Amino acid sequence: MPRWEYILRRLAMAVLVLVSVSIITFFIARVIPSDPAAAWVGSHPTVDQIAKAREQLGLGRPLHEQYLRYMGAIFRGDLGTSVRSHQPVSTDLRTFLPATMELVLASTVMAVVIGLPLGVLSGARKGSWLDHLTRLFSIAGVSMPTFWLGLLLQLFFFKQLGLLPLGGRVSMEISLYHRVQQITGFYLIDTAVTGNWVAFKDALVHILLPAFTLATYAIGLTIRMTRSRMIEVLNERYILAARVAGIPERSVLFVLALKNAIIPAVTVLGLSFVYSLTGAILVEMIFSWPGLGTYVTNAVLSIDFPIIVSVTLVVTVFYVFVNLFLDLVQALLDPRVSL
Amino acid sequence: MAANVERLEPQGTRRAARYREFRLMLQAFRRDPLAVISLVLIALSILGALLAPLLTPYGGQGRGDPNLLEKFRPPSRAHPLGTDYLGRDVLARVLYGGRSSLSIGFLVVLVAVAVGIPLGAIAGYYGGWLDSVLMRITDMFLAFPPLLLAIAIAAALGPSFTNAMIAIAFTWWPWYTRLVRAQTLSLREQYFVEAARSIGVSDASIIVRHILPNVLTPVLVQATMDIGSAILIGTAISYLGLGIRPPTADWGEMVSTGRIYFIERPWFAGSAGAAIFLVTLAFNLLGDAVRDVVDPRTRRAVK
Repeated sequence: MPRWEYILRRLAMAVLVLVSVSIITFFIARVIPSDPAAAWVGSHPTVDQIAKAREQLGLGRPLHEQYLRYMGAIFRGDLGTSVRSHQPVSTDLRTFLPATMELVLASTVMAVVIGLPLGVLSGARKGSWLDHLTRLFSIAGVSMPTFWLGLLLQLFFFKQLGLLPLGGRVSMEISLYHRVQQITGFYLIDTAVTGNWVAFKDALVHILLPAFTLATYAIGLTIRMTRSRMIEVLNERYILAARVAGIPERSVLFVLALKNAIIPAVTVLGLSFVYSLTGAILVEMIFSWPGLGTYVTNAVLSIDFPIIVSVTLVVTVFYVFVNLFLDLVQALLDPRVSL
Repeated sequence: MAANVERLEPQGTRRAARYREFRLMLQAFRRDPLAVISLVLIALSILGALLAPLLTPYGGQGRGDPNLLEKFRPPSRAHPLGTDYLGRDVLARVLYGGRSSLSIGFLVVLVAVAVGIPLGAIAGYYGGWLDSVLMRITDMFLAFPPLLLAIAIAAALGPSFTNAMIAIAFTWWPWYTRLVRAQTLSLREQYFVEAARSIGVSDASIIVRHILPNVLTPVLVQATMDIGSAILIGTAISYLGLGIRPPTADWGEMVSTGRIYFIERPWFAGSAGAAIFLVTLAFNLLGDAVRDVVDPRTRRAVK
């Protein structure tokens, strides 16, 4: 099958998946709750409010009509209104998304920078002490409740060592005297572009702990996947040939072997990103990080149903696109994928 | 007809071979120290949860009764893990908390297996439109980040232990359906299945008697590997306040309520978090060991 045909099929599949995702969120929003109208307007609604919501959502009508109405609202950019703050969810999302994205990207970078070399080395030196240590670390990483790890890291780096701040994106003094000029919403980029180096350093110090907390699971995963892939590749004959030819071991590992081990690393990159994204829901609150996670956690606490459903939809759509993008990149890197 | 078929199979030798295989697995397992340690740890945590009333004099507090006169006591002889923000003995809370935190892990995997085996076997065996429909449905669920889907369903159903369990199981069954389907697809083409079909054994009986026994091993291996993650996600859901309702103890809920006191008084959120970590770690190590032991190739490597 030619490559473009694979790409077209993959695109068609993504569209299909997006439609089914919207069907499931529709069911979660309108069918599963015992009283969807009441869930949509909040915990202590008046009779009038419920009647109005029922009318507005078309709850008396057949399901397919309700679904079309639901999709219509979404395409108009109406993701519902918070029952607590009465703010449109779409406006809130625009405020909170950049903070989460910055955190998730930082954590993905950490996962790859730490996990990939460790995976390569432990796969290459199978059975060495480094291998045992790395494997222990990776299995601990995937067994760690992130919300607990965040607390432990705070205790150690903030209280014991006094090295890193407890939470937030920047310190109080920075937000008063060296205000971050909002351009992209990514503080590290915004401060670097405007040359606000004091704030840049502060933002960097603030992102380290939450990003590392998020990255542990992904690091564990990256190590495990790279290691097993590396072991596979190192058993191939071309590696033996290279060693026989006297090519230095470092080049064998990091150039010849890694080149074939790196293709699945794209998957690792995607998985790390995805785990960090959902992990952010559990971790942001601990570090008072003003992002989607804190937004959702608060919504769960106050049973703010429209927020929960809309964030689920938006993040999942995002997730589908990330997966699509990764599959396409992989198809470009490795011609075997599209076969 | 079916009775004749049964007689043709050399039952005795097959059973002996299975027994020998099982003994080999047990030997390989015993030789793996990490596997044995993790098994002991799991047994201890289950016993601790079951025998909680006998192990602690503070049963009432473990179940939720406040004891406000003794708030925030650091670990001492009377309270080995201290007391929490309502003065309850933390050790008792951890023991009682194991009841909900451990059972949610087991139940989620159990439900996922119970749904996944029949659906996967049917999809794989019959193929065709039924297979396509079932696989598209699993695709729908797999398109979501699991934690987020579980949160949304749990929020729609309302916070409770059963609802949290149902919500997580919703994100889990597609994996088992796909695993069983893939296994069934390759088994379907094997000679022994074709032989059974050619002499007129019914589809239902082929699935139950010939396909399922062969599917069970990979499913069990996957299930052991999954319990750890299921416990982790279960405690995450109750950490967010969507699980079992307070005052009933739960590890996730304990970390959540202890969070704001953690920097000054780390013992109660810390103990609950450590419990989650150790149990999940034990299940993950056990899962790895079981996988290595069941596969004859790696079993030899373990020796």
